[in-house]
Amino acid sequence: MELDPLILSRIQFAFVVSFHAIFPVFTIGLASYIAVLEGLSFKTKNPVWAKLSSFWTTVFAVVFGMGVVSGIVMSFQFGTNWSNFSQASANFLGPMLSYEVITAFFLEAAFLGVLLFGRDRVPPGVHLFAAIMVATGTFISSFWILSANSWMQTPAGTELRDGVFHVTSWSEAIFNPSFQYRFAHKVIASFLTGGFVVAGVSAWYLLKGREVEANRKALSMCLWMLLILAPTQLVVGDFHGLNTLEHQPMKVAAMEGNWETSDNVPLLLFAIPDQENQTNLFEIGVPGLASLILTHDMDGVIPGLKEVPVEEQPPVAIVFWSFRIMVGLGMLMILFAFTGLALRPGGRLWRARWFLQGLRFMSVAPFIAVLTGWFVTEVGRAPWLVYGQMTQAEAVTPSLTGGMALFTLIGYVVVYSLVFSAGVYYLMRVLYEGMENNPHEPDTQSERPKRPFSAAHTTFELHDQNEQSAKQGGLL
Amino acid sequence: MELFDLALIWAFIIGFGVIMYVLMDGFDLGVGILFPFAPSEQDRDTMMNTVAPVWDGNETWLVLGGAGLLGAFPLVYSVLLPALYIGVFLMLAGLIFRGIAFEFRFKARTSRYLWNWAFAGGSTIAAFAQGVVVGTYIQGYETANGVYVGGALDWLTPFTVLTGLGLVAGYALLGSTWLIMKTEGRLQEWAYKITLPLLGAILVIFGIISVWTPFIDDMVRERWFSNLSIIWVLPVLTLLCAIQIFRSVRNRLEGMPFVATMGLFITTYLGLIVSRWPYLIPPDYTVWDAASAYNSQLFLLLGLLIVIPFVLVYTAWTYWVFRGKVRAGEGYH
Repeated sequence: MELDPLILSRIQFAFVVSFHAIFPVFTIGLASYIAVLEGLSFKTKNPVWAKLSSFWTTVFAVVFGMGVVSGIVMSFQFGTNWSNFSQASANFLGPMLSYEVITAFFLEAAFLGVLLFGRDRVPPGVHLFAAIMVATGTFISSFWILSANSWMQTPAGTELRDGVFHVTSWSEAIFNPSFQYRFAHKVIASFLTGGFVVAGVSAWYLLKGREVEANRKALSMCLWMLLILAPTQLVVGDFHGLNTLEHQPMKVAAMEGNWETSDNVPLLLFAIPDQENQTNLFEIGVPGLASLILTHDMDGVIPGLKEVPVEEQPPVAIVFWSFRIMVGLGMLMILFAFTGLALRPGGRLWRARWFLQGLRFMSVAPFIAVLTGWFVTEVGRAPWLVYGQMTQAEAVTPSLTGGMALFTLIGYVVVYSLVFSAGVYYLMRVLYEGMENNPHEPDTQSERPKRPFSAAHTTFELHDQNEQSAKQGGLL
Repeated sequence: MELFDLALIWAFIIGFGVIMYVLMDGFDLGVGILFPFAPSEQDRDTMMNTVAPVWDGNETWLVLGGAGLLGAFPLVYSVLLPALYIGVFLMLAGLIFRGIAFEFRFKARTSRYLWNWAFAGGSTIAAFAQGVVVGTYIQGYETANGVYVGGALDWLTPFTVLTGLGLVAGYALLGSTWLIMKTEGRLQEWAYKITLPLLGAILVIFGIISVWTPFIDDMVRERWFSNLSIIWVLPVLTLLCAIQIFRSVRNRLEGMPFVATMGLFITTYLGLIVSRWPYLIPPDYTVWDAASAYNSQLFLLLGLLIVIPFVLVYTAWTYWVFRGKVRAGEGYH
């Protein structure tokens, strides 16, 4: 069998970027949550806020550490597998990605250490300031990355001369047509992720009767936020979709599984897209609804995939189904947010074990929604890498062979599986340990700068608490 | 006409970033390379503690360098990374394993030996891969129209294996002299003991590389041997540094071996640069050929000029806070 370096590179990029994406999407939301907790703690002096903040800061540290490790690989992927793309787009993407690194660098250098280890060393106001700056830094980082990605979706402010993009207007390129929608959609997604994880973990603690006061406060806060943001995301997503219809009609056609350009297009709830025969094998839909959603008119005309030749169509099934999973999970999130509101009167919320159990499981939902959302937007851009200007086939490294690409693909899968199972396992240990064992003891032992993970005190193994203290005595 | 030669300024910045990275990540990779040979597990704890607070800051220079190259010299990025494809993967895998080992070894009790191996293996592979990069730079890259056209394993030759081993030994020397400076007692004694053999190994390898290099490339031979030029100062300084390492170890000085080793690296690095200047992708492309558009270089430079002073101050502060000896069982957990 002939190994295709293009397909393998696409799989490899999808794999490493998906793996990487789950960490920042969580830390961006969590950083803001921590800043809010710090603000409440500063204002009310109620120790419960400090307890919550200190616990979630520990979780933040571990996830941030894993995000940094997986991020290193990303910055090299462009060159190793997509060298033609790097060369062509460097004039714009180079500065964007560098600014992202600079922001992250600066953030870590200046404020992360204070947030993680400064609680007892700096005045509360300074600690609060550091928390706000870390949260701000995560937004600035995503600003650059999403600008770069949006430019690949809806390129603007650049001119292709001799196979190289030259920037003609930085502001047009950075604030390209899809940027604001993508940025809003992604930031809310991060908040929803942070919110559902904190809600899920708090619900789990409440089910076990642990730290009831703190976890009730955390859960209640999250549910209020989700009540506002989950429906907002639906609206923002709709605007994002309209923007996509304007600039990338074939992506929308794939999302809707719509082959023929026509009016009164049904919203398909289920279908099996058959790209070979350019039709759907089986479909259940609501007549006219897709037209109504996308054009706000039952008789609105929506372009179909057959507008372009087969080789210019994105892989329809992946886009179609990813979109449905994302939207389905989004609806489920809204349902949970409103159920939470309905259960509030009389404190039924705290007694409704089924709801708390449900929230527990919902903590994975935003991650799946975010990943499928990225599948929609990235796969839906195919066969283009820079929409309308450079295809994926033109972008791939010319010297790359299928064998090389397969070797590193397997390599990354192995490395990531090992490293991140250890990471996720450790994170579970931290959550299992909870905030009771996060004694808030002033760390006066050393004034030395430390690493993110040293914010966590949980041991790696499960069953050696006693042995551990014995060993520690022996070791130190 | 542009006001400044930005390509030159960027060449200086990237060049500075590379040597910063080599010196700073060099000693902590070196500590990893020496890890399995340490006298005891307790010494391993101490060794790790000597680098734990600074290693990730050191590694950020690599990411910054990578992104900076894409922004300022995209041709380097799009030729070197494909040319070194498998090597880049090995380096990244090595860095990931050692990075994660740092985190988990401190948390682990029974599984500690696994993290020891991850730390040592990852460090050694990463160092070797970086040495290979240096070797390929001397060797040159097969390109056509700004695209790498060589094979998947062109980077693996006897010469690059030698430069790979050279850098492993070099980083180990940075690591051992760092340990001399940062530790005391039995561990320091051990570090003194291994430093001179390491120095000997490096001098032999560097010697072979120096003799071999002019045969690989005509331009390099021309530059060094066509007439006696000022650049011969560099190898002389390298030798003086080596002598200084030898003497200071003999006299049981604590800081000087590390300083002199840094000197050894800097002079070798400058020697490498003058061999190849102004070629950034030998043998075909110069600094100016590889540069991105003027306004892109400028746009990025403005941000960097603001941030770099902060980074340098923070880095200096970190090392200042962290000054002095690391004692067994103290510090980072």
